[in-house]
Amino acid sequence: MHTVHELERIASQVRRDIIRMIHDAKSGHPGGSLGCTDLLVALYFDILNHNPGDFSMDGIDEDIFVLSNGHISPAFYSVLARSGYFQLKELSTFRKINTRLQGHPSTNEGLPGIRIATGSLGQGLSVAIGVALAKKLNGDDSIVYCLLGDGELQEGQIWEAAMFAADKKLDNIIVIVDYNGQQIDGPVKDVINLGDLRAKWEAFDWQVFEMNGNNIKDILETIGTVKEEIGNRKPLVILMKTEMGQGVNFMMGSHLWHGVAPDDEQTRVALSQLEETIGDY
Amino acid sequence: MELVMKAFSIREYKDTRSGFGEALLELGRENKNVVALCADLTGSLKMDKFAMEFPDRFYQAGIAEANMISVAAGLTIGGKIPFTGTFANFSTGRVYDQIRQSVAYSQKNVKICASHAGLTLGEDGASHQILEDIGLMKILPNMTVINPCDFNQTKAATFAIAEYYGPVYLRFGRPKMPNFMPDDVPFEIGKAITLKEGSDVSIFATGHLVWKAVEAGMKLAEQGIDAEVINIHTIKPLDEEVILKSVFKTGCAVTAEEHEINGGLGDSIAQLLVRKLPAPVEMIAVLDKFGESGNPGELMIKYGLDTPNIVDAALKTIKRK
Repeated sequence: MHTVHELERIASQVRRDIIRMIHDAKSGHPGGSLGCTDLLVALYFDILNHNPGDFSMDGIDEDIFVLSNGHISPAFYSVLARSGYFQLKELSTFRKINTRLQGHPSTNEGLPGIRIATGSLGQGLSVAIGVALAKKLNGDDSIVYCLLGDGELQEGQIWEAAMFAADKKLDNIIVIVDYNGQQIDGPVKDVINLGDLRAKWEAFDWQVFEMNGNNIKDILETIGTVKEEIGNRKPLVILMKTEMGQGVNFMMGSHLWHGVAPDDEQTRVALSQLEETIGDY
Repeated sequence: MELVMKAFSIREYKDTRSGFGEALLELGRENKNVVALCADLTGSLKMDKFAMEFPDRFYQAGIAEANMISVAAGLTIGGKIPFTGTFANFSTGRVYDQIRQSVAYSQKNVKICASHAGLTLGEDGASHQILEDIGLMKILPNMTVINPCDFNQTKAATFAIAEYYGPVYLRFGRPKMPNFMPDDVPFEIGKAITLKEGSDVSIFATGHLVWKAVEAGMKLAEQGIDAEVINIHTIKPLDEEVILKSVFKTGCAVTAEEHEINGGLGDSIAQLLVRKLPAPVEMIAVLDKFGESGNPGELMIKYGLDTPNIVDAALKTIKRK
């Protein structure tokens, strides 16, 4: 087990990986990746019961994480590599020809840690529900986690899935919404307003929690609390407040860094704000 | 010839969807990893007996097909073999991106089982009569596309796809049609079945048109024309060997299907012949039109998918040799 301080040091390194991968590839999505780094580090280095060294597609008796907002793949790949799914040096192949680290996560190239292709939004929650149903049938009491973007909630399929999970009283799934309030075209409230998100999930018969997704201590405590509700015949969702671009001052709080690569000078400035803690890849 | 003789000894009419339902129920009994999902059409898909006998392995998805397909993809993670059921229209066009990303690209072991395909859906009209589904599914990498011809073959195909690992689109229909394939003919994915050998023209048919191709073969025989009739139940992967061998012998071909001319079996065979053995081909298919309400028999005649159309096409392609 890691201390909160150790997890924060890993998160700083993951943020450096994100900036360096996207800069090197000259494309990618830094905003959401930086915003969700703390959650992914908390999951992969503390919360999940998983076997990074012995990846199996079926993940029997393992907790399973489904990344529905596949565009934050740099954060996902960094955390997978640093938790032991594949070698760190492979991060340098991100988005390049013949890579296993596709722009959006894919099972096609056999990268350990990836169980479903995502990228086209709105599908991951349904997939995670399927995984959770299979666990029920298998008598496997592990937990399924699923991360969604907030803009992604504009996809109708999310609400099909929300209705379905509540109808099936699915209680071995924890869904986390990256509630950063930004999407490509601007603030979510200006693109298509999500309204009262808590009330929406509650109306769909989910139990709703909130946490600060850029505070590892709060993430660990909140998910600990949420896990106590597993088995109570109700699906669980956490509205996770994050800052898009967290950790890099000129990327924070704006939709403009959703899907833009930093140039050489911007990369230098960004890296100067992120401590190298456990070594660059 | 032996198969056709055997076929004529069977005089029963059954729907292909019931073949699917019977096999699914037996699969449920044989393999506890078989699960089923249906989008509010359990009776129409003949999945009701499975649902009754295995309530823990049957998921009512409601009228939400996109969610159903992606849930099925998730169920494979953990070793389940999900069979999804709804009409062909809602099984393909409505959920194309879910199939593309969560099933085909992700190489998930999902069996997309689609009833009420084509014009023979009948009175509900064009909103429900999809004629593009074979095309939509066959252009997806990793996807296997199967369109069996009758009750017995649909049942056999359902067993076969459960044994095969990978995404499959299984297309069948609504009405009762001649059930002529002997029930002891093994179903091998990708292996065409020659129903009648002949030397003058090759008739390649799929789905409900196979029976009409058999009838056409008999009519042609009355005119002294020796047609070879081949049941192409698997459109992808195509049995190139059997097709090339037949056309090498006959020198011309007719294709017949209950589908648009664009994107169907005819396209696949023409592409193969253009690349490897150029020969005249005539295609029996719907000619870039939507369907309409009517009873299945009337619609097949109106849209040119009947036995005489196949006979005429055979005579035409023979002349072009």
